[in-house]
Amino acid sequence: MASMWKEFSKGLWNEIPPFRLVLGLCPTLAVTKSADNGLGMGLAVIFVLVLSNAFISAVRKIIPKKVRIVCFIAISATLVVAVELLMQAFAYPLYQQLGIFVPLIVVNCIILGRAEAFAAKNPVHLSIADGLGIGVGYTLALTLVGALREMLGTGMLFGKYIMWESFQPFKIMVEAPGAFLALGSLLGLMNCITIIQARKRGDELPVNLTSGCGGACCNPEK
Amino acid sequence: MDYFLMFIGAVFVNNIVLAQYLGQCPYLGCSKEKSVSIGMGSAVCFVAVLATAITWVVQKKLLDPYDLGYLQTIVFILVIAALVQFVEMFLKKMIPPLYKSLGIFLPLITTNCCVLGLAILVQREEYGLGVAVYYSFAASMGFMLALILMAGIRERFALCRVPRGLQGTSLGLIMAGLMSLSFMAFKGMI
Repeated sequence: MASMWKEFSKGLWNEIPPFRLVLGLCPTLAVTKSADNGLGMGLAVIFVLVLSNAFISAVRKIIPKKVRIVCFIAISATLVVAVELLMQAFAYPLYQQLGIFVPLIVVNCIILGRAEAFAAKNPVHLSIADGLGIGVGYTLALTLVGALREMLGTGMLFGKYIMWESFQPFKIMVEAPGAFLALGSLLGLMNCITIIQARKRGDELPVNLTSGCGGACCNPEK
Repeated sequence: MDYFLMFIGAVFVNNIVLAQYLGQCPYLGCSKEKSVSIGMGSAVCFVAVLATAITWVVQKKLLDPYDLGYLQTIVFILVIAALVQFVEMFLKKMIPPLYKSLGIFLPLITTNCCVLGLAILVQREEYGLGVAVYYSFAASMGFMLALILMAGIRERFALCRVPRGLQGTSLGLIMAGLMSLSFMAFKGMI
């Protein structure tokens, strides 16, 4: 039980996906025009991630090493199709809002990243805990970015007006540039907090704060 | 003339990276040097055009007649994964110089959202085969442009001192925001 809690809780701060692992940036930028879009996307990712982690770790001893990536992709693609159909049935407005980014959950690096880094090596219950933790962390991050952009860009939060009366919305925050600026500054803030924490504890400064799938591209020979 | 406007639109106005948020990982990861970004850009262009053509045929000849449209995602990603493997083997055997320059990027492209994104996008816009291929070529040119511009800025930034917390991806995203801001100015063109 304790080990399951450990795997779950690391996704909430130490390995929170878009900020610490820098995985899954495309949806983080694209669907966070408002807080509830971010939340919906996050829930869809939780569903896919928990189930794909569970299935992959259940069959991890059967899959031959050479074809594992294709197997992982096939499993996660099946789950994404399930999510697509479920969303069309029960949350059609959200499905239309998220548009092309629902099928693109397949190529979200978080899913494959967790499959390769965790589920392929660990037993089922730990993999479920890991998927749930990372998924919840991702949802929190998406909702946070979405809330920030919605608040500054329209003065609303979850569709309700919350800013003071004379507040002039920054239209740019709900457009494309705002997404990059909001995520970039939040990422910078997170890094600053990490550095300050490390200094207080007297640890060595973390060398490579941000790598993720971008980092894998930098050094293709690895 | 329409085709020309479409090209300009896909490269500048609706740039796939800066306005449609696709392909962020290579955009932030492979933009340290200009040569690397050109290699990545051309590899994406090559695979995206091929993938769009093949998935278009699969959708129209296989999925639509048998009413299997809901399998689009899973079929497309498997087609792309197989295609990338095949292209890699083909280039290795037949055109070694091209393999040398593109080879290292190919395995990364399977999970690049540009390629799958374009394949799905042209289906949703309901383009014909020719237009679909042309559009995905134009969009991947836009991807390459964004990558090269970013690499140019990053090469200058390597010489500057930046606050520690902002180093790397964080500053990259803020720069991308400023670039996207300037690309918004092209909106008036069409």
